[in-house]
Amino acid sequence: MAINWFKYSAPTTFYGLAGKLIPVFAWPAAILFAIGLYIGFFVAPTDAVQSEAYRIMFIHVPASILSMFVYLIMAGYAALGLIFKTRLSSMMAQALAPTGALFAFISLWTGALWGKPMWGAWWVWDARLTSELILLFLYLGFIALQASIDDPRRADKASALLAIVGSVNVPIIYFSVKWWNTLHQGSTIKFSGTSMHISMQQAMFAVLVACWLYAIAVSLARVRSIILEREANTQWVNDLPEVRSVER
Amino acid sequence: MNWSEFFYMNGYAFYVWGSYGVALLVFAVEIAMVRHRRQKALRELRLIRDEMGDDRTGETA
Repeated sequence: MAINWFKYSAPTTFYGLAGKLIPVFAWPAAILFAIGLYIGFFVAPTDAVQSEAYRIMFIHVPASILSMFVYLIMAGYAALGLIFKTRLSSMMAQALAPTGALFAFISLWTGALWGKPMWGAWWVWDARLTSELILLFLYLGFIALQASIDDPRRADKASALLAIVGSVNVPIIYFSVKWWNTLHQGSTIKFSGTSMHISMQQAMFAVLVACWLYAIAVSLARVRSIILEREANTQWVNDLPEVRSVER
Repeated sequence: MNWSEFFYMNGYAFYVWGSYGVALLVFAVEIAMVRHRRQKALRELRLIRDEMGDDRTGETA
């Protein structure tokens, strides 16, 4: 079966495809989130050193990973939009930014609530924490820059440059615990294996996949609105059944 | 383990539930914002259509 993938790079066709894909990602996200939390709270044993406080890990680590990955994907889409002038790529970058910002916020928030009982401080100006805070500011800068320029195509160009330059921060966050002496601990999960209990790994993995699927679903839902906003004066948008009917 | 013991989290209740509570709240708010944005976009599109006198209201609800 031959599928013309280029067909879906046009907002016209992608709008419908995205609408169909949202539940495909949203439902597994909700189910995996529930499974992950169940394992994380009812199956995973109490930690010998951190007692029950370590359970913050099951949301803190996935949110932190997502905040970095979503940024790279956002910068990638922004770059595609800049180089190939594809409208949909820029719209995808715009749709991903709020989700990435929220994951960065969750990472910092849960980190503070974990740091207080373990380190005795909500916040320290450690390399890992500071670079993650910069990531949140980069997301906010991207959103603000996009919103401050009236012409959407010019806004795409300016914000794409910010996103591309800012992506240098992502490896800094990732390697910060190796490059500098940080209060933040190093990676528990390495390519060479991990010391974590199997149920802890399962819980974290389930929540991580759930966060991935959630990010995809919510970004697809957002990009549909962005398409409607940007293509407001086109015939195909006017012909959509949800626009023609009064309520849907 | 009983429920009150579960919610007590061995003294870390504030930190653990503060983390998960805010994370879930953030997800809920984001979903509400995305839905609101869609409704707003559709409302404005219908407004444009009505102002332009485009009488293509073929399917009435």
